Amino acid sequence: MTAPTDWLAIDWMLAAIAAWIAIGAIGVLRLHDFFAVARILFPLGALASLTLAAAGAAAAFDGPQTAVLPLGLPGLPFHLRLDALSAFFLILLGAASAGVSAFAAGYFRKGEGTPPGLLCLLYHLFLAGMAMVMLADDAYVFMVMWELMALASFFLVTANHVIPAIRRAGYLYLLVAHLGAIAILLCFGVLQANTGDYTFDNMRAQSLSPFWASVAFLLALFGFGAKAGILPLHIWLPEAHPAAPSPVSALMSGVMLKTAIYGLLRIGFEVLQTHLWWWGVLALAIGLVTALFGVVFAAVQTDMKRLLAYSSIENIGLLVVGIGLALLFTGYGMAALAALALTAVLYHALNHAFFKSLLFLGTGAVLHATGERNLGKLGGLLRYMPWVGWLALAGTLAAAGLPPLNGFVSEWLLLQSFLFTLGLPSTFVNNLVPVVAAGVALVAALGGYVMVKFFGVIFLGQPREPRLAQAHDAARWERAGLLWLAAGCVLLGLAPAQVIALIDPVTRVLVGDGVGARVAEHGWLFLAPVAPERASYSPLLFLLLVAASFALAFVLVRWLYHGRIRRAAPWDCGYPLLNARMQDTAEGFGQPIRQVFEPFFRIERELPSPFDKQPVYRLSATDHLWHWLYLPIARVTEAVSRVVGLLQQGRIATYLLYSFVTLLVMLILVFR
Amino acid sequence: MTIESFVAQLVAVALAVLGAPLLTGWVNQCRAWLQNKSAPPLLLPYRTLHKLFWKESVVAEGASPLFRGAPYIVFGAMVLACGIVPSLSTDLPLAPAADAIALVGLFALARVFMSLAAMDIGTAFGTLGARREMLIGFLAEPALLMVLFTAAFMTQSTSLASIVETIANQEFAIYPSLAFAGVAFTMVSLAENARVPVDNPATHLELTMIHEAMILEYSGRHLALIEWAASLKLFAYSCIGLAIFFPWGIAQVHDLLGLLLAAPVLVGKLALGGAALAVIETLSAKMRIFRVPEFLAGAFLLAVIGILVHFLLGA
Repeated sequence: MTAPTDWLAIDWMLAAIAAWIAIGAIGVLRLHDFFAVARILFPLGALASLTLAAAGAAAAFDGPQTAVLPLGLPGLPFHLRLDALSAFFLILLGAASAGVSAFAAGYFRKGEGTPPGLLCLLYHLFLAGMAMVMLADDAYVFMVMWELMALASFFLVTANHVIPAIRRAGYLYLLVAHLGAIAILLCFGVLQANTGDYTFDNMRAQSLSPFWASVAFLLALFGFGAKAGILPLHIWLPEAHPAAPSPVSALMSGVMLKTAIYGLLRIGFEVLQTHLWWWGVLALAIGLVTALFGVVFAAVQTDMKRLLAYSSIENIGLLVVGIGLALLFTGYGMAALAALALTAVLYHALNHAFFKSLLFLGTGAVLHATGERNLGKLGGLLRYMPWVGWLALAGTLAAAGLPPLNGFVSEWLLLQSFLFTLGLPSTFVNNLVPVVAAGVALVAALGGYVMVKFFGVIFLGQPREPRLAQAHDAARWERAGLLWLAAGCVLLGLAPAQVIALIDPVTRVLVGDGVGARVAEHGWLFLAPVAPERASYSPLLFLLLVAASFALAFVLVRWLYHGRIRRAAPWDCGYPLLNARMQDTAEGFGQPIRQVFEPFFRIERELPSPFDKQPVYRLSATDHLWHWLYLPIARVTEAVSRVVGLLQQGRIATYLLYSFVTLLVMLILVFR
Repeated sequence: MTIESFVAQLVAVALAVLGAPLLTGWVNQCRAWLQNKSAPPLLLPYRTLHKLFWKESVVAEGASPLFRGAPYIVFGAMVLACGIVPSLSTDLPLAPAADAIALVGLFALARVFMSLAAMDIGTAFGTLGARREMLIGFLAEPALLMVLFTAAFMTQSTSLASIVETIANQEFAIYPSLAFAGVAFTMVSLAENARVPVDNPATHLELTMIHEAMILEYSGRHLALIEWAASLKLFAYSCIGLAIFFPWGIAQVHDLLGLLLAAPVLVGKLALGGAALAVIETLSAKMRIFRVPEFLAGAFLLAVIGILVHFLLGA
């Protein structure tokens, strides 16, 4: 082993990944040692995450680094490669998982369910799998690590497997994950074009015909789409993400979905050398439908983790819209515009990793403090859990896409890339683009609705149950994790020029152009991706001006008038029997959306009649696709299995007969 | 960027902050005349603000700091909005801080804080108001964005100053895309400023309230700031409309004469716009709340059609 000073960034990364695996192994040795696992191993894992992110930042501006690990099949070692794209996603993974691991150090409790050591192993294998997927440079190691990631997360999802609903969610997850994995495997098969060499280098060298390139792209879109949860392969996501323990939900939504985006970018832009414009149109359409579906369903959820899971579907949809736009521009050879759209995609991926992890961890803290996931039984927690509440507010505002936080910057960039699309060669596409832009604007505004519902119902108002007043705030490690992620949301929002400098080499790898130079030209204060007279935004100045107006108003009011205040009971409109149950519930807050977007839902109502002794009101708004697509497929599969089952008589003589007949048929075919 | 442009910026913000209640007073006066009532004095909004600032703030038990901070945040956001919308001149040093999209974001920021503050106390009417406000917001916000996009596609810029300069210097003609956008913008402004077909600023019945339901718990200086912010919002919206659809008369050079000329032109345009608003409010009846999404979806579609018309006709 060489001295650490000579190590390249990729060596540091491998060291961090090895450290994760070692931490997991130690966890298994100390299976029930709660203190060692929670207070020592998870913080060490966070340290390894930070190492990974730092190494990624160091490698982001250099040329690609490669490494070959003597693992894998004979004659097919693991090829690893660290280029700007991998480095960017590894920074995302490291930075987000550092916060999640720190939170996890304080999250897992003694004597609950799965032993802590086992969770520690699975958690760190999950991280290692994701990191290796991003480093992989041949199809074999990619698929192995992709499966490691899928299986580790499956066992984490089913950590609480005594609950039947969780077993069901885990099964659904495993099923869709493997459908996707098969498509990715087939995609690699198409990409290597009968050369038998599965390294990405070889795939890059192949020039596929438009037909085979399209087949590869569609397979990649299906495969990675299954992992990302794009329609209609989203069905597992709202089941599996909420079922996992909250730090794992945070990793799955914040980071694991990004591995799918990474794969789509890697295959769609870098490995595939052919780009057709209609791929972009397809991705735009799918992305927009996914985003709208996700946000509309998020608005009607009553379970806080499911709400966030649907909101992840929305964000993945927005990312796919951005990828579609970039593909469209690449297909027409407009590299500068493609770079702008990809900048928006990468920026949003990073933002989503931070704010969604933050919000999932926030729900975890609430869940621990109250034991309640149902929005209808929460409320008023800002008073009892100020740390969680105020930090979650940062995530909420970021997720709602409000300036000056980070979610706004990426939405701004995405809308900007829609605006400068004049002069596409096809009239159809030229008219399609503004319509999609309108859809994106609608989704963004609905995102605000969802986030107000999320924060308002959980943290504001009066506690809907009396026992909520006993809720305790997050402990030290949990606070550290939340603080790290919230700080990320704020800083990523305030320093867009610096983030874009980091993204610039990535878009150069993908489409050969970047917006970094133009942004740097106009100084660090202003974000002007094209030219300042065409569009500019300065979050820092924005924040300063709002804060200055705030402070000036505050001081002037105190100075000219007074600062007296009197506390009194809330105004009851002359009706003295108001209570906390009269606040809007989650159903109530989502009701307008349910009404406006009624065709989206399959609504089942159970209304009370005036004569009921104990009136019951129940309403479920479920997914049409489950009934129109998944249940028919399941029924067909069952019918086919029943027919196949006729073959299986359970008698050895029958099976021998089958073998004999098969052999005869083969012989006839061969000697014919 | 010169001293003059900073002076112009300061004058514009000061004019907006100090003059916005006057616009509200003028609209109220016009409406009273049209409805055959004896009109309140023009300066009544100032007196109301003064009175409210003197009064003690009664804050509900259990209100979090969010509740007390929200009026200042909303007020700050509206002051910034008035600072970046070109009202007197297009040479604004603050303008690069936020373009048209960020302006929409600014309004969204104010709306979200207002809604969260309304949910903070936990009374039935507060949450009802917050829910209705967000319902209006999720349709009005993209519609406003699409109106601004129509202008942005025409001028190839999202900077409000560039939009105004380009449109003002264009050959004078009726642009069909702007006509669609103008209708959409009018509808959005009515909804966003809690005006009659959507909301009634003078209502006393809690069940029909939207904006008023959200601020039921506010009193004293907090209420004054919210009322003032509402005036500023009306002012900002009027200036956006004037800047995009009637940009003539806004100074494009930073000399004193241009500014001096621009001020009376702005006052005249605002007076006409305020009177038009009073006419619309008088002629229309308040809609049921469930009609509002249709109304706003209409505005949204009109704005999108405006963009498509621009692409199809090139005008």
